[in-house]
Formats: sequence, C-alpha cells, structure tokens
Amino acid sequence: MTLGDQLSDRVKQVPPSGIRKFFELAEEVDDVISLGVGEPDFSAPWAARTAAIDSLERGKTSYTSNRGMRELREAISERVTRYGQEYDPEDEIIVTTGASEAVDLAFRAFVNPGDVVAIPQPSYISYTPGAIFAGGEPLPVPTRAEDEFKLTPEALEAAGADEADVLVLCYPNNPTGAVMTDDELADVASFVRDHDLVVLSDEIYSDLRYEDDHASIATHPGMRERTIVFNGFSKAYAMTGLRLGYAMGPPGAIDAMNKVHQYAMLSAPTTAQYAALEALRSCDDSVEEMRREYDRRRRFVLARFEEMGLDCFEAKGAFYVFPEAPDGDDEAFAEGLLEEQNVALVPGSVFGEGGSGHLRVSYATGMRELREAMDRIEAYVSD
Amino acid sequence: MDKQSLLDLLRHDARESVDDIARQLGADAEAVAAALEELEDDGVIRGYQAVVDWNNVDEEHVRAQVEVDVELDRETGYEEIARRIARFPEVATLRLVSGDYDFFIEVEGASMHAVSNFVSERIAPIPEVTKTVTHFVMDSYKEEGIELGDGDDDDRLSVSP
Repeated sequence: MTLGDQLSDRVKQVPPSGIRKFFELAEEVDDVISLGVGEPDFSAPWAARTAAIDSLERGKTSYTSNRGMRELREAISERVTRYGQEYDPEDEIIVTTGASEAVDLAFRAFVNPGDVVAIPQPSYISYTPGAIFAGGEPLPVPTRAEDEFKLTPEALEAAGADEADVLVLCYPNNPTGAVMTDDELADVASFVRDHDLVVLSDEIYSDLRYEDDHASIATHPGMRERTIVFNGFSKAYAMTGLRLGYAMGPPGAIDAMNKVHQYAMLSAPTTAQYAALEALRSCDDSVEEMRREYDRRRRFVLARFEEMGLDCFEAKGAFYVFPEAPDGDDEAFAEGLLEEQNVALVPGSVFGEGGSGHLRVSYATGMRELREAMDRIEAYVSD
Repeated sequence: MDKQSLLDLLRHDARESVDDIARQLGADAEAVAAALEELEDDGVIRGYQAVVDWNNVDEEHVRAQVEVDVELDRETGYEEIARRIARFPEVATLRLVSGDYDFFIEVEGASMHAVSNFVSERIAPIPEVTKTVTHFVMDSYKEEGIELGDGDDDDRLSVSP
C-alpha cells in the first residue's frame, strides 16, 4: 500500500489547477510583465503593519478565541453596516484564515454528500474544488458576456439550478470584474426563495466598486436567514499574505462553521487579527486612495482596449477586466502573447464554463508596467 | 472635467501624456488639455518638477533648512520681508510658519560654504532679521510623498488566482 493508492476519491476528482499551469509557463519567460496577478500590488497600510508589529512586541502570540478577538468582531460588525448588513459580534461573525477558509467551512457545514452546489461561471477557481471536497456535486451556471457576466434567474433556470441546494455568489467578481446592483440581486433573491436554496455570498471585493456602492444579497427580504456572507482584508486592505477573512450569518449557522473551524484551525492568526483591527479603525483613507488608483488604471485599460479594437464590457469592480480573445481561442491567445510579447494574463477558460473565449486582465500593477503591457498587447493584436 | 481627480493624478505622476490622463479619467484629451490650461492660468498649478534623489547624483548638492526670526515695524510686514527673501535664486522654499520662529527657508547650493555664506551675507543682514538658525540636510528619506531608497521588489507570484 502506498499513499498514491490511498488517495481519496474526492481529491482524485479535482483536476490540476489551470492557473498553476499558466503560472509555470509564465515563470519560464524572462522580463515578463504580468497582468495575471490576483492580488493587490500595494502593501498593507503602514498603520495596520505597525499594529501587527506592536502586537508581537507586546507578546501577543497566543491563540485568540475560536471566533476571533471580540474587539475585532465588534469592529467588523460596525464596519458592515455600511453595506446595510447587521450581524451580532457575539454569535453571528467568525474570523477565519482568509475568506478562503470561511468558504471552505461553509461547504463543510452546509453541504451533504450528493447536494448540488450551483456555481455561476466564470468564477474564482476554489468554489468547485471546495464543493467537491465537501462531497457536493458542483453545477456550473454559465453567465454571459451579453449580460456583462451578471447572474440572472434565466441563467439559473437554464442550468437547472432550481434543483440545487446551495448557490455560490461572488460579486464584484473575480475573474470578470462584473458587479450586481440591488435590483439585479433582488431577481436572484426571488429565484433563491422560490427554490429554497442556501446562498454563500463571497463579497471579498466589496470595497472595490468604481461606479456605485456595494450591494449584498443578504440584505434582501427573507435572505438573511439563508445566506452566509464572506468578506476579508486581502483585497481592499492589500493584506493577502496576512490571511484574514470572516464570515457572517445567522447564529446557528456560524455555530456550525465554528464547529469545523475550532478543530481544523483553532483560531485565525493572532498577529493578522491585530493588523485587521487597526485596518478597520484607521485605514479608510488608504483604502480610498488605492481604490482611486485602481479606478484610474481600470479606465486606462478599458480605453486602450477599445482603441485597439479588443471587445470588452465595462467591468465596474474588483481589479479585473475581461476582454474577448480576438479569434475566440483564449488559451492560444494567452500563450502566444506570453511567447511573443512577454505579457502574462490568464485565459478565461481556466475559470470555468462561460469564461472561454475571454481573457482575465488584472490591473493590480503599476501604471508604468500597465502602459508597456498595453503597447505590447496592441502590437500582438495588430500583428 | 473633475479638476480634483486631475490634480490627484498629477500629484501622483505629472509626466503622463494628456492622452493617458484622459484615458485614466474617462475624459477626452481636449477636455484634459483645457482643464490643465485653466489650472495653470488660475495659478493652481505653478509648475511641474522632478523629484531628485541627490544621493544618486555625482555632483555635490547641499541643502539647508534655515529658521529665521524677524522683527516687524509699522512700515514692514511679513509679506514685504518674504518678497525680498524669495527673490534670491538660492532660496528653494520659503514659508511663514507658526511656532518658535517666523520663516522657514530651504536654501540650496553647490557647497556648505556657499550655503552658509549665503545665509550670513544675504539673509542675516536684512534689517528686520534678528536671528537665523541653519540646519544642513544630512540625508533625506522621503521627498514629495516619494520614499527614497531601494524600494520594495514585487515578489508576488506572476500568475495567481
């Protein structure tokens, strides 16, 4: 008996990551300008970093309570009121090791073997494997370029999501940059209530919206009791490596997630919790400054694509735009661009059905590189 | 054309082309050019300069911050004294400040000798000036919001989810 023979079926069922494959290709190219990065190019605000350092100097290196420091949960509770969300720090919020852990906890807490998990696609690459690891059956729900990659009741219906048990949402969206307004979410909420689904709403990019304010499905009538909201510090506060996120939901639901969390993780990293607390207390200005910078880059990239004749809907959130590959073959385009012009971006098909034929372009990169990358893409497109 | 966004962008990088500024602000190039001209005409934008890290320049370049006390009389106000001091090309910055002294001056010169000479022969003798304190700049870590030094490498993975 070797470990290879003992591999669990669930692990075997999940194919290798397409992102990983592209990463390895990009690593072999010298002087690559990468528009393939899914994290901010900024560092965490200095005030948050110094709070982490201070906490270490004061010897704060123990576990915290399973659900996270009380003060941090209170600060989170206060913060999310700006999205119209109200959660009790006592039993409706749990602090996790990145929003990723929170998503995984939710799959494990709410998915039974054979349960169908509807996942709008293209989507962040972790949802499908997460659902599989929990024994669920992922159901791709393709969203369409002509809908600006928003989720519609029609798309849900067409994919057979009325039979699903769980629906995953992620708006603002990685990889498309799509956002959904309150009205559009109301239509989805109505479908969800009609077919009695549970919603896992990943709102990690909530602060990175450029044309309007964030809207959350959890604030719609009858949705709070059936929705878990995920958020965190990685994107808005540029704290990806500190690994800190949180989940919010009705008390029993958070208890269930905490049951998994207390055995798997015990508590989220203490140093990161201190950084997060300071981030919430004093770093709004830094977030706003980064948001404005992203917005300038977003407009720049969209304008350049339009000028070079690359079709691209006006993405209004996160730090991605999602243009069409000129001849429809996203993988060939991405590989050719990497080989000939040393620019890395991610083929849309990596993000599941509905993503093929498109390219994820991240503008979490300084203007100088961005300008050079656009010149190179233009050269490649016009070649 | 939102002038505040235009100023934000220029304060960040004033060397971008009008076309690139227009793309970033979602405006057209003519509107940006017109707004720039207006900001210049109105005296909001007084110039565009490079932020130089003198540590990396071979020629010697000396800077000093000079605190200046003055005594006003019935005929002479801060404004008049300031105008007299500001005219010297050696004076890079001149501000009236609150606190222990009146004027803050930044003086630039080719050598310490040149700078101290300038202060003792041009500033100190001004009749209203009662006292000067000169601080030579020994090193600089941040100028105009830009940290000097080696900067941080981008050590992110080149492709990530």
